[in-house]
Amino acid sequence: MSQSRTYDCVVVGAGIVGAACAMHLARDGFSVTIVDERGVATGTTAAGMGHIVVMDDSDAQFALTEYSQRLWDEFALTLPADCDHENCGTIWVAADGEELAEARRKHDFYKTRGVRSEMLDEKTLREAEPNLREGLAGGLLVPGDSVVYQPRAAAEFVDDAIRNGAETIFGRRVVMVTNGGIEFENGDRINAGNVVVAAGIGSCDLVAGVRIRRKKGHLVITERYPDFVSHQIVELGYLKSAHSSALDSVAFNVQPRATEQVLIGSSRQYDIDDPAVDYEILGRMTRRAFEYMPALANLAAVRVWTGFRPATDDNLPLIGRHPEMPNVFLAAGHEGLGITTSAGTAAIIADLIAGHEPAIDASPYDPARIF
Amino acid sequence: MKLLIDNEEFNVPAGTTVAAAVMLVDRPSFRRSVSGEPRFPLCGMGICFECRVTIDRVAHQRSCQIEVREGMVIETE
Amino acid sequence: MSESIKAEVVIVGAGPAGLCAATGPVVASRSVVLIDDNPRPGGQIWRAEKGRTEDLAGRMIHKLSEHENFRRMPGTHVFGIDGNSLLCESPGGDVRVEFEKLIIATGARELLLPFPGWTLPNVFGAGGLQALVKGGLDVSGKRIVIAGTGPLLLAVAYYLRSKGANVVLIAEQAPRSRILRFGLGLWRSPLKLVEAVWYSAKLLTTRSVYDSYVVRAEGDERLRSVTVRIGAKTETIECDMLGVGFHLVPNTELAELLGCEIRNGAVVVDEFQRTTVENVWCAGEPTGISGLESSLLEGTIAGSSAMGAPDSGRFLRRNRRIRRIADRMNRCYELREELRRLADNATIVCRCEDATFGEMSKFDGFRAAKLQTRCGMGACRGRICGSASRFLFGWEADSARPPIFPVRVSSLAGED
Repeated sequence: MSQSRTYDCVVVGAGIVGAACAMHLARDGFSVTIVDERGVATGTTAAGMGHIVVMDDSDAQFALTEYSQRLWDEFALTLPADCDHENCGTIWVAADGEELAEARRKHDFYKTRGVRSEMLDEKTLREAEPNLREGLAGGLLVPGDSVVYQPRAAAEFVDDAIRNGAETIFGRRVVMVTNGGIEFENGDRINAGNVVVAAGIGSCDLVAGVRIRRKKGHLVITERYPDFVSHQIVELGYLKSAHSSALDSVAFNVQPRATEQVLIGSSRQYDIDDPAVDYEILGRMTRRAFEYMPALANLAAVRVWTGFRPATDDNLPLIGRHPEMPNVFLAAGHEGLGITTSAGTAAIIADLIAGHEPAIDASPYDPARIF
Repeated sequence: MKLLIDNEEFNVPAGTTVAAAVMLVDRPSFRRSVSGEPRFPLCGMGICFECRVTIDRVAHQRSCQIEVREGMVIETE
Repeated sequence: MSESIKAEVVIVGAGPAGLCAATGPVVASRSVVLIDDNPRPGGQIWRAEKGRTEDLAGRMIHKLSEHENFRRMPGTHVFGIDGNSLLCESPGGDVRVEFEKLIIATGARELLLPFPGWTLPNVFGAGGLQALVKGGLDVSGKRIVIAGTGPLLLAVAYYLRSKGANVVLIAEQAPRSRILRFGLGLWRSPLKLVEAVWYSAKLLTTRSVYDSYVVRAEGDERLRSVTVRIGAKTETIECDMLGVGFHLVPNTELAELLGCEIRNGAVVVDEFQRTTVENVWCAGEPTGISGLESSLLEGTIAGSSAMGAPDSGRFLRRNRRIRRIADRMNRCYELREELRRLADNATIVCRCEDATFGEMSKFDGFRAAKLQTRCGMGACRGRICGSASRFLFGWEADSARPPIFPVRVSSLAGED
């Protein structure tokens, strides 16, 4: 069988990024098909936390996450209830004076850029989250952040695309991307005016010269414990450890799910392909969490899973046109922020394909930088 | 053995499982499901987790796998 | 709290297969650890009755415990593996058990299938109800319907009657002719036949129907009646309790976690009960439902093989014969098509997450359904809805992942 149909856009990858791109493009009136070997949200998307968060590691990261969050807040108005979008806010916890100074810096950073945040001292921190241990210096509450059940949201984006005429091809493996379309394992081709490669780590196999590394993570989810936590809580030490080196690291990070379950993270390990649970780092990760929230130790853990964050060398995603194949667009390498930044990524890609100026300066994410 | 089920005192024979004890005293449910349905034990062998109750303040205990102890405090949902 | 122990032979499951597997190595002075998730030995079939101490499993445990090289870990759940160590949660805390040889004897569970009303309080598995009664539940004077399929139904009905229950109906979904044919074919296995005759004689006064199945359970907040399809007719029967089970499903989660090959829902073993993974044996129901006698034999064979003792050809031959009979028996309780259509769109299939038949049936596989409806994500780890989905939708359940049982987060943390 050979495919003769030609689409305006073919999106490779039905994770949250590909799904969001397909939704945007279909809404904009393009004929779209979305292809994925394993269906919607089965890769990194399924393994994530679903935290929609404004970050401040760099101005480029801030711009993309802040733009994305605004877009998510718009989606949230029409997302079905079972996507569990909840505006719970993030608390960045400062264990000591040094981290409290970091919280203040963060507070100022957000303030000058119009993002609401609020300093917490030892007392107000404990009032906000009574299960945090005593003696923590304080923290920063960012009330605008949210959580979402991302596999459902991704499926909803795909459904939205389908309602706007998009088609899906699942269960078939794409082996090649060219300037004019894609080719499946069996040699079948799909011709398309534009190809969006949103295949996460798999993008490396489809587009020569793309380098995206695996950053393995572990998550634990508990039984239902109503009101155990009410905000996404992240330690500020996270900033010191997460991006600083190539060494394995763990950080305290918990999330209240709409189901009343508690999600516990996080760990980072570079360049490991084995998805098996690593009990050594899982032990470090959970013990780190007990340091902040001792009562976590006695909760019942229902599931543990691992996932691979697609990490670029400069910690910024690849969003934009391929420098040598002008009809190929990259939307990959979102590391641990793919749920948040899927929204901004999709808007940028849709604007570029339509020939519009993106709403934010997209040059920091331009893939040309790596080729 | 004396035990407290939902703040009411009961006596049940030693060797009784918590599941059997809760059924003996006729509670409306062991737990409430995610959508609020009352649930009772199903498999009786620790597989299905329908019989979960709070025992001595620890939530989500499989009552069919645990025998009563003197002074045990059991809470259903 | 963390403890680490080591043994030459580690056995998981203290039912008939596990107890028999332990015997050889223990007598031969090998270090043996026997782990079981129940507080009492015997597994489901020999589950000791409350207050009875002179049961067979208890006696076997007592004998084994006379040996210093034997250690028993009751009430202990194996939740994961790390290299050659089993990660366990015991009443005293988390324990790592390192093995040289491992024998998996994790038994079976009932297949429980959804139908409207099956989540009502007082609807139990058939074996489940028996287990609860053994745990001290009083059923005297209760009107009970027993339904589903398999040889267990009669045994349960008989047991409940002996406890003073009023068993108002036994409804077997298989056709009577098939069971009779099978029964007659059993003349070479006198034990089984005697058992069957015994049960039916005792149950003569109980209404017992074939080709029949529960289509619905009714009641608000509590079971009030069941509607049963009996042949071509439908009848509503008032009752206090319903015990309904559809024969057995092998517990293969631990074997899967170790990477053992699973085929048709059972662990693949050779005639010495060796799995496809080196130094791992499997005995009894996880290798395919074949009943008590086979479990005893396979446990013994696995125990001998694991310590490198010469095999007994007699045992191997006998086990092959029993396996053939068991295969015939399992076919005779094959589930009828109508059972796939009992659940309506509003019927809950995943009882942990309340995912309904209607929601789940939109997907083309368990993993997709799981991600989108949360079916199988709950505390039972998909043991109930995964097995049901295999029958209802033909889906292969997701591969087993740790923890195979919920555990305290502190148990995941392990040692400092």
